[in-house]
Parts: sequence; C-alpha cells; structure tokens
Amino acid sequence: MRLQYPSNINIIKLPCTGKIDLIHLLRSFEKGADGVYVVGCLEGACQFTSGNIRARKRVEQAQEILEKIGIGGERVRMFNLSSSEAPHFVQAAVEMTENIRDMGPNPIKTAMQKAA
Amino acid sequence: MSTKTPSRLEKILDSGQLAVTSECGPPRGSDPEAITKKAEIIKDHVDAINITDNQTSVTRLSSLAACIHLKLMGIESTLQMVVRDRNRIALQSDILGAASFDIHNILCLSGDHQMFGDSPQGQNVFDLDSMQLIQTVRLMRDEGKFLGGDDIKRPPKMFVGAAANPFADPFEIRVPRLAKKIAAGVEFIQTQCIYNLDKFELWMKEARDRGLHEKVYILAGVTPFKSAGMAKYMKNRVPGMDVPDEVVKRMAGVPKENQPEEGIDICVETIQRLKECEGVRGFHVMAIEWEEKVPEIVERGGLYPRPEDL
Amino acid sequence: MIVADKKPIEEIIDMVKGYRKILILGCNECVTVCEAGGKKEVAVLASALRMYFMNEGTKIEMDEITLERQCDHEYLEEIRNSMDQYDAVVSLACGVGVQFMAEKYFGSPIYPGVNTCFMGVTEERGVWSERCQGCGQCILDRTAGICPISRCAKRLLNGPCGGSTKGKCEISKDLDCAWQIIIDRLKELDRLDDYEEIAPIKDWSTERAGGPRKVVREDVRQ
Ligand code: SF4
Ligand code: SF4
Repeated sequence: MRLQYPSNINIIKLPCTGKIDLIHLLRSFEKGADGVYVVGCLEGACQFTSGNIRARKRVEQAQEILEKIGIGGERVRMFNLSSSEAPHFVQAAVEMTENIRDMGPNPIKTAMQKAA
Repeated sequence: MSTKTPSRLEKILDSGQLAVTSECGPPRGSDPEAITKKAEIIKDHVDAINITDNQTSVTRLSSLAACIHLKLMGIESTLQMVVRDRNRIALQSDILGAASFDIHNILCLSGDHQMFGDSPQGQNVFDLDSMQLIQTVRLMRDEGKFLGGDDIKRPPKMFVGAAANPFADPFEIRVPRLAKKIAAGVEFIQTQCIYNLDKFELWMKEARDRGLHEKVYILAGVTPFKSAGMAKYMKNRVPGMDVPDEVVKRMAGVPKENQPEEGIDICVETIQRLKECEGVRGFHVMAIEWEEKVPEIVERGGLYPRPEDL
Repeated sequence: MIVADKKPIEEIIDMVKGYRKILILGCNECVTVCEAGGKKEVAVLASALRMYFMNEGTKIEMDEITLERQCDHEYLEEIRNSMDQYDAVVSLACGVGVQFMAEKYFGSPIYPGVNTCFMGVTEERGVWSERCQGCGQCILDRTAGICPISRCAKRLLNGPCGGSTKGKCEISKDLDCAWQIIIDRLKELDRLDDYEEIAPIKDWSTERAGGPRKVVREDVRQ
C-alpha cells in the first residue's frame, strides 16, 4: 500500500534526528517555511541511544524562540513514530498541515515579500 | 569558676543553681509595648530574656533597641546577634552600644539565611562567622581591644553565649564543634529545642567524656508544641530540628482542644528528665508566641521561684 | 571556567532595536563550553533577531563573528577594521569580554548577550555549578580542598551551621552542604582532628570588599 501524504511537504532525510541542530530549525523559518516537523523514532528506541531525545529538546528550544519572536511556537513540532507506522506518518503530515493552515503563512515570508 | 561580668545569669550559673532563660521576638513595628508586655509576663520566672535578632530573616524591631526597653524595666536581657546582617564594624559598634546600656549577655549566632525571610533578594554579610564573633566579644572584653588592634575605652562586660544544635548533621562533629566554640571563648550554650532526648543525652555524654561540661554552662532548649500541626511542621520543615515520630504521634493522639496541654506536658517532662542529666546547667524555654505559658512550664518544671539577689 | 547563561531574547531585542547594522560577537572560550555564547549560540541569536525584525518590518543587518577570546587585546584587534560598519555590538562573551570590547571600542555601543554567573565546573552536560569566588587568598589547604566561601550559603569559615541536614544545605535540598563535604573529606584523609582548629577571621581586602583588584607580575611583565 502506498499512502499519499500532502504534497506541500518537503522531506529532508537524516540518519538520526539527533543530527538536527537548533539553527537548522530556525534557518528553515528564516527561509520561509510555514512549519517544520521532526519525525523521529519512538523514545527509548533510538539506535544512537538518545538522538531523538536531543531532537525533542531542540524542537522545544525552537518553539520557545519562535513564540517569543512572534512567529509562533506551534509551527515546529516533534513526532515519534516507529518506522513501520506508515499510516501514522501520513496522519502526522495531515495533522501538521492542518495545524499550519490554521495558523496561516509564516509571517516572515509575507514580510520578505513586502520588503522586496 | 568565678564571675567575669556583672551578668546575673552568670552569677546564678556560677552559684551552681539551675538557670532559666527564655526569649521574646521583637515586633514587626515600632510599638515597644509588643515587647514590654511579653517581658512583663515572664520576667519573674526567668533569669534573663533573649531578644532575637531578626529571626528567620524577617525584618523586625532591632534586638538592641528591645534589650534597652527591657533594661529600662529592670529586666536582664541577652542580646542575640547574628553575623548575617552586619560587618565587623557594625557588630563591634552594636556591642559597644549594648554595653553602654549595661546589657551584660550576648548570644553569638550565624543567623538563618536571608532566603527564608522577607528579603530573599537582599545581600548578606557574613564578614565573621559565629565562632569568630565569640572570639571578637572576648577580645573586646578581656583584652579591651578592637579587632583592628586599638584600645577600647570602657570595654564591654558581657557574658558570652552561643547556640549549639546537638541534632544537626553531621552528628560526628557535633561535640567537636562544641569544643571548638569553647576554644573560641564561649561561656554558656543554649541548645536547639530538644525533642529527641536520647540523642541529646548521647551528645551530653560525649561532651562529658571530653570534660566539656565543666568548661561551659549548657542550657537545654525546650519549646512546647501548641498543636500536632506545629510538631509536624517542626519535624518536616525546620532545618536542623529533630522531632521523633513518637512525639508527633503523641501530639496527634489527643483531641485538638487538648493538644496545647499535651504540648506543655511534654515540655515539662523534658525538663524533669534533663534536670537529672549531668552537665545540664539550666533551661532555655522558648515558647514561640506563647509567652503566657512560660510561668506554668517553669513552675511545673520545679524551677520556681527563681533565685533572689545574689 | 566562567559560567554564563543565555539572556532572554526579549531583553536583547530591547537593547538593539533602533540600530541598523549589528555585530553578534561570540567567544570561543568558557561561554562556548557552557553553551551560552559560542559560535552556535551566535548563529541562533542572529537568526532569531533577523526573523523578529523582519517580521516587525524593520530592516536590520546582522553579522556573526566568533573570536578566539574577548579578554585579550590581540583577538579583539582582529575586528578593528570592520568595527566602523556596525552601529552596535552584542557580545556573547562573559562580562569580562563585553567590557574589554567597550573599553577598546570606546565609541561603539556594546551590549551583553549573556548573564555571567560564576566560576565553576560542568557537573554534567547542561548542569554547571560554582566552585570559586576569587577571594584572592585561597584557603583550600585548610578546608580539605573544598571551598566554603563559594559553596557554603553563609560563607562560614567555621561551619557547618545548625541548618545542615542529611548532607544538604539549609537553603535547598538540591544543594550539598559544603561543610558536610569538607568533613567527609577530612575523614577520608584521616585529618578529622584538624576540624577543631579555628579558622581565623578572614582578611577580605583581597576579595571584592577591597575594591577592584589587579594582579601585577613584574617577573612576566614586558
Ligand atoms: S578560598 Fe578563595 S580562591 Fe580558594 S576556591 Fe575559595 S574563593 Fe576561590
Ligand atoms: S547548611 Fe552547610 S552549606 Fe548551608 S549554610 Fe549551613 S554550613 Fe553552609
């Protein structure tokens, strides 16, 4: 079964979510992303012991900063799925897309367009 | 021993009789009656009244001023002095101030940390510690010198006390710490409130083994519980307090309206038992905001009447 | 090392609003180790500020540089030629670096990007704690190598106070009582008898109390 996920999503594959740094998350928003979600393995199931826990902390840091600077902390989220859970993957994508739609576009993008 | 100061407390202890002291906390305002009334209630039942120094770091009328009020009433006081709020200039200056009113007893303390009180954002000083404050008063009195080395005109004549907590951790240095205070020059000790009598007696025994009971007058501290709630609070919340479970159970085991009476009973029984403990030279009865009970405790403890003129 | 903590971004926003070109200046020493003011933190702060001001409709340019140190002339000199272009600098070095910048670039506004906290150690990643207050007359030889000045809440030279409970300080169950550690160490070293030596009154003139301090070493001076 091939499941369809919303086509507006740009997937960046990483060996482990532990690779993600706070700056990567922020840069995506600076470049105009409306939302970013990190999909990692289930907590406790990381092959590199705690990569996904580190990722969660960075996501939380990004949320805090985005909230404080008026972009919206909800635009970045972490989902923990096991690799066999394709339906859940799609569900997360749909949930995130809806969530972001409700929030509207990244205000940075609008501001950039105005400035240009 | 022979007396070194005009302190009445010292004279009573020197005569070999059991001494009784108590304490009053000054008010959070400038009305002197708040302190003079309390003193009036207990003055005939105690030999000297400690005046606490911004206890638990809550800002109050100054200990020195309250001592002066008592002095004017003809009551002997013990000036409590914590090293938390004053540097060596202010400490020595207040000692002279007290001496100028012939206040003859001083209790040298570190003081609770300010985070417990009404000014957790304030600075603290801790220029000296309590051990060094004992040394300072002795230097001022016995050598007639300031810490800076200059002579004092009319040195203070003060009987020097300190607190000891037989229950605080680590237990193995509790007696060495007493020895250290004695080496620093302390002459009388008022202990932390005693509820764990076995542990206290063990501490006294270790003190006796080193002969410390002959070098310092030890007054056993007692505080009556007003309620089971207070017993629980002291057990769980007050750092360095040792309230055994049996005592809490005993308080909780009687109906609420009888708890104050039970608390007084425990206190009186403690006094009676510790009177027999060699090295206990008197009692420090701290009835926190319950001064009216001090006379009853002292009488039932068999410590009344107090010695007349010595 | 000198341990610093991040300043809340809203405080930094408040400091720099109104400027057009800003330099965010990191330091590669202590603040990098304690993850408050190194290269990574510089990038994050710059990105967040850019987004904030962009969103506000204000155009602010931001450069990111991280120097080897901000407490030595030679490294601060590296940016001399570019300093003219900046309206303000946010330094993520400790308070020492911020000030050395301010002294060197006297005409430039320099703002602190971190809260400088203390001299301490990394207990574990994300946990730092104090060890020394630079009293200028070290007494660790007499306290079994544990500092009561920086680690006892009352700086007691003859502790512990009566509030020490089960190894913890009276002010917090999360804080070890320095005197408990001193006594444990004395026991371990078989030196418990030393406990009874009274520590003399300290000369605090070598500490903060004596005014700003200076070390001059003629033997190494040029
Ligand atoms: S004694 Fe002074 S110099 Fe030594 S560790 Fe403590 S504060 Fe630092
Ligand atoms: S409990 Fe220990 S660390 Fe805390 S103030 Fe007392 S002696 Fe110092």
